[in-house]
Amino acid sequence: MVKYSLRRLLGAIPTLLLVVVLAFLLVHAAPGGPFDSERVLPEAIKQNIDKYYHLDEPLPQQFVRYIWNAVRGDLGPSYRYRDHTVSQLIAGSLPISILLGSLAMLLAVVVGIAAGTVAALRQNTVVDRVVMAFAMTGISIPIFVIAPVLVLFLAVKLQWLPAGWSGSTGAARLLLPVIALALPQIAYIARLTRASMIDVLASPFIRTARAQGLGTYAVIRYHALKPAMLPIVSYMGPAAAGILTGSVVVEQIFGIPGVGQFFVAGALNRDYTLVLGIVIVYAAMIITMNLIVDLIYGVIDPRVRYR
Amino acid sequence: MITISAASNAIGRARVSRLISISGGILVAIAVIAIVAPWLSPNNYLDTDFDNILAAPGVAGVHLFGTDDLGRDLFVRTMMGIQVTLLVALVASFVSLVIGVLYGAIAGYVGGRVDAVMMRIVDTLYALPFIFIVILLMVVFERNFLLIFVAIGAINWLDMARIVRGQTLSLKEKEYVEAARLTGVSTVRIILRHIVPNLIGIVIVYITLTIPQAILVESFLSFLGLGIQEPQTSLGALVDAGVSQKENAAWMLLIPGGLLALILMCFNFLGDGLRDLFDARQSP
Amino acid sequence: MVLWLLVVACGTKDVGQSDSTLHRGLGTDPESLDAQKARSVQAANVLRDIGEGLLAYSADGQLVPAAAERWEIADDGLTYTFTIRADARWSNGDPLTAMHFVLGLRRLVNPANAAFYANTITDIVNAEAIISSDMSADELGVAAIDAQTLRIELTQPVPYLLSLLTHPSTFPAHSKLGNVDTANSTGTRLSNGAYKLLSWEPGSLLRLQRNEHYWNNAATAVDLVHYHVIVEETVELNRYRAGELHTTDNVPPENFAAIKEERGDELRISQYLGTYYFGFNLTRPPFKNNPHLRQALSMAMDRDVLVEKITGRGESAAYSWVPPGTDNYAPPQLSYTNLEQEERNAIARSLYHQAGYSDDKPVQVELRYNTSDTQRRIALAVQAMWREALGFEVTLVGEEFQVLLTNVREAQITEIFRGSWIGDYNDASTFLNLLLSSNPANMMGYASEEYDSLMQRAAAQVEPRRRRLYLEEAERALLADHAIMPVYFYVSKHLVRPEVRGWEDNVLDYHYSQHLSLDVAR
Repeated sequence: MVKYSLRRLLGAIPTLLLVVVLAFLLVHAAPGGPFDSERVLPEAIKQNIDKYYHLDEPLPQQFVRYIWNAVRGDLGPSYRYRDHTVSQLIAGSLPISILLGSLAMLLAVVVGIAAGTVAALRQNTVVDRVVMAFAMTGISIPIFVIAPVLVLFLAVKLQWLPAGWSGSTGAARLLLPVIALALPQIAYIARLTRASMIDVLASPFIRTARAQGLGTYAVIRYHALKPAMLPIVSYMGPAAAGILTGSVVVEQIFGIPGVGQFFVAGALNRDYTLVLGIVIVYAAMIITMNLIVDLIYGVIDPRVRYR
Repeated sequence: MITISAASNAIGRARVSRLISISGGILVAIAVIAIVAPWLSPNNYLDTDFDNILAAPGVAGVHLFGTDDLGRDLFVRTMMGIQVTLLVALVASFVSLVIGVLYGAIAGYVGGRVDAVMMRIVDTLYALPFIFIVILLMVVFERNFLLIFVAIGAINWLDMARIVRGQTLSLKEKEYVEAARLTGVSTVRIILRHIVPNLIGIVIVYITLTIPQAILVESFLSFLGLGIQEPQTSLGALVDAGVSQKENAAWMLLIPGGLLALILMCFNFLGDGLRDLFDARQSP
Repeated sequence: MVLWLLVVACGTKDVGQSDSTLHRGLGTDPESLDAQKARSVQAANVLRDIGEGLLAYSADGQLVPAAAERWEIADDGLTYTFTIRADARWSNGDPLTAMHFVLGLRRLVNPANAAFYANTITDIVNAEAIISSDMSADELGVAAIDAQTLRIELTQPVPYLLSLLTHPSTFPAHSKLGNVDTANSTGTRLSNGAYKLLSWEPGSLLRLQRNEHYWNNAATAVDLVHYHVIVEETVELNRYRAGELHTTDNVPPENFAAIKEERGDELRISQYLGTYYFGFNLTRPPFKNNPHLRQALSMAMDRDVLVEKITGRGESAAYSWVPPGTDNYAPPQLSYTNLEQEERNAIARSLYHQAGYSDDKPVQVELRYNTSDTQRRIALAVQAMWREALGFEVTLVGEEFQVLLTNVREAQITEIFRGSWIGDYNDASTFLNLLLSSNPANMMGYASEEYDSLMQRAAAQVEPRRRRLYLEEAERALLADHAIMPVYFYVSKHLVRPEVRGWEDNVLDYHYSQHLSLDVAR
């Protein structure tokens, strides 16, 4: 398994390179530059800016320069935040996004699996219908509707929780964003769990366990849970992607200085280096996560073997 | 327990076909109404009416769903929104279907080196944070309406390709494919005549899952201000506009939002039903 | 773990706890807090708290001495001599000297710093040459005669120089910064203003703390100022309503009517030095050499409906280019200002026909605007107005802001485009200079000899009243040419909690934190 992981990681390098090339071309293809504004710069100043940021060099040269610096850890200055470097901005915002995303993922997995299992056990009863109805609404209503409604009721009207990020320093400001982010995933995972659990519970070896007199809880915990988790584990990849997408919305609504915010602003402001830096970091993270998911899959499902 | 599961199986099957027909029926009804209703209404989606801004449904005469913040009739705009949303979703899914099916079928059937390379490319593309790429695409190509379909289709085809490849691998071993190969039928013909038609089942199932995804991505782009351009609109754009008016004019959010949710639910139920059907047919 | 989180979740809400922390909303993150490199309005707002120029504005918008306690202007208007306060200090205790102002101004014109506002001081001796890299920055016509005396020499009189010297780009630079582009971390940032920067979390929060060495520190009431970066106006409103902000940077149009009812006395609307306009591309058909068409479109636009029903936040319809309230200026009005809209439409129609268009042969033009809710609504409304009055359908093209700027600057495909111009200082020239044929920022491509020569003569006047006459004459010519379509004048809109004192409306929308205080009793 170690050899497999190493091989995968090595193979990831050309992937990463390809990703960077693609993103580089895309960002530079966008019309407009980072220093355009209604106040047109005098020619002399514009030339100086271009020279300082190497924007006057041909694209391939800029690309090589960028890669050479990136490999040594220097992701360049931000064009929009002239007092900060890209590394500083990412270092400041990535932990927040990761915290938010992980908490949301955790919440989604725990609550989703629990809800789905309960629904499966009480299949076709009222409980089942209610849980599935909630799940269905969770995947049918976009986050940018749920989040503002949550803010309106819980933060503005009832003032139970902070409406924004910068107004306080405690953990309370995490609650609403995490819940908003997790809701659609809770819904998906609940549905997946229910379907998978129903399948597993109907299989022969479960019947055997029951016949042996094991209680429901024991059956679930020791026999049904692991095999039922297979589809959930495969869903982890898309779930993470879903949380990433949702985080762009949630960060904007709660004013959280996360990576999603910086990316959207960077794309709109033509902040080339910031955009590229974020794409690289994320691609690296996704590659790593995919590897981890595959490895977990191998642990859970004894039928899968890696050579 | 055995008897119960057998009974629930039969009940299950009946439920499944009811699920398919009801959700399918609702979707068709919505689509038909969305296309026909604007012809029957005296309003169009363009006309502004500054004296009747943010009128509640039914209040200002002929505005069945009320008006928006420019006094435009919300009923006709919602119908248009449904048309656009369904169109985007169907076209985007079709794009991802065509690319995914051909890619996966070729990789699965040809196998060997070609398969390895093709799947490697898929793995590479999986590593791209897609939503970021979509945002960049939107910025670069300045919100071209056509491009929205392409961009959304470009996200989804990867899963389709993987699944199709898996199916193709098992279909490859079937007798009639062997027979065709032995009698000298060309690879291309085999793929198009024998493999692809047998993929239809699983493809249809996954289409009903990718369509809701495409719809949500389009609405998400509208939220960011990168979606469909004025004066056209989509359900996602209407919902986004409705969110900012949720306290003054709740109907601007509830009506398009409710319809969006309904459409998504129907596609999801449809997918559930079709998947159960497909699995039932598959199992021995 | 979830339980633990919930227990720890006793988040501190700062408002109401510490009496001397002021929470202000800020509409965007400053792109830089380096006084010479910053360019946005928001950056300038923060900079005015952590820095100070030779002059400043009082709470009600009057020019007052700041770092300079007095000055003398030579009779020919070409030499200014400032006396710096003896008790002016930096936040580390170092005295503020004239040399620091020299360094700051040199930094501004030094091309290596790529400062946006460099060309506001092109009238200082040698400034232009330095900007074009023909001379070194040391040759700039500013000199420290001694530690407390600063002399500035001009190539021609600049009547508004004093208000220019309130702008953050002219703030002094401590010798540590030197002339080159140094990455300015918050640790080494020195302030000569009422506050100093404690911390900056990009995208979220800026924290300022009282600068105890500030010469007027005794008058500063609030100890800490938190600027919360909130881009979405509705989000900012929600946070204000949730009690997290004392003042907002803006007020969203969607909920405006409701806010006015609920919190009318917290709403502060005031005239602002900015004009929202639609520009014509005058370098290409159909608007090139076509005054009738331009006038027709301008007249058929019902500005009153736009400001009442569409923007509805107290803006006033614009019938001139320079906003009213500008210092030493009374803007002339468009010729048809006193006519009713139906009369204007009738005349517009006949002009439209004279230009050669009709219902069968309508004009085909595009109107470009940057995508945002308000612009979209205005564009749609104008489209409807022209459709009803003149019978043609203007094609709306919503573009992302950067794209719009590029297109407008290249002037190849634009026909009508939306624009806005905010004054950099309180003088009519900041608006009128835009339409000079020599100005690279002249996006309309307006080139009128009459206009240029009137503006030139105005610039040569030392006497303010004569200067004003020439400026007004120039604007009259501009309006008669219908080179642009002014739509409305901006208003500044804020929500201010009742416990905040010292907030006074002014046309520049400057609200220095040092003038504000929190009334603890409420």
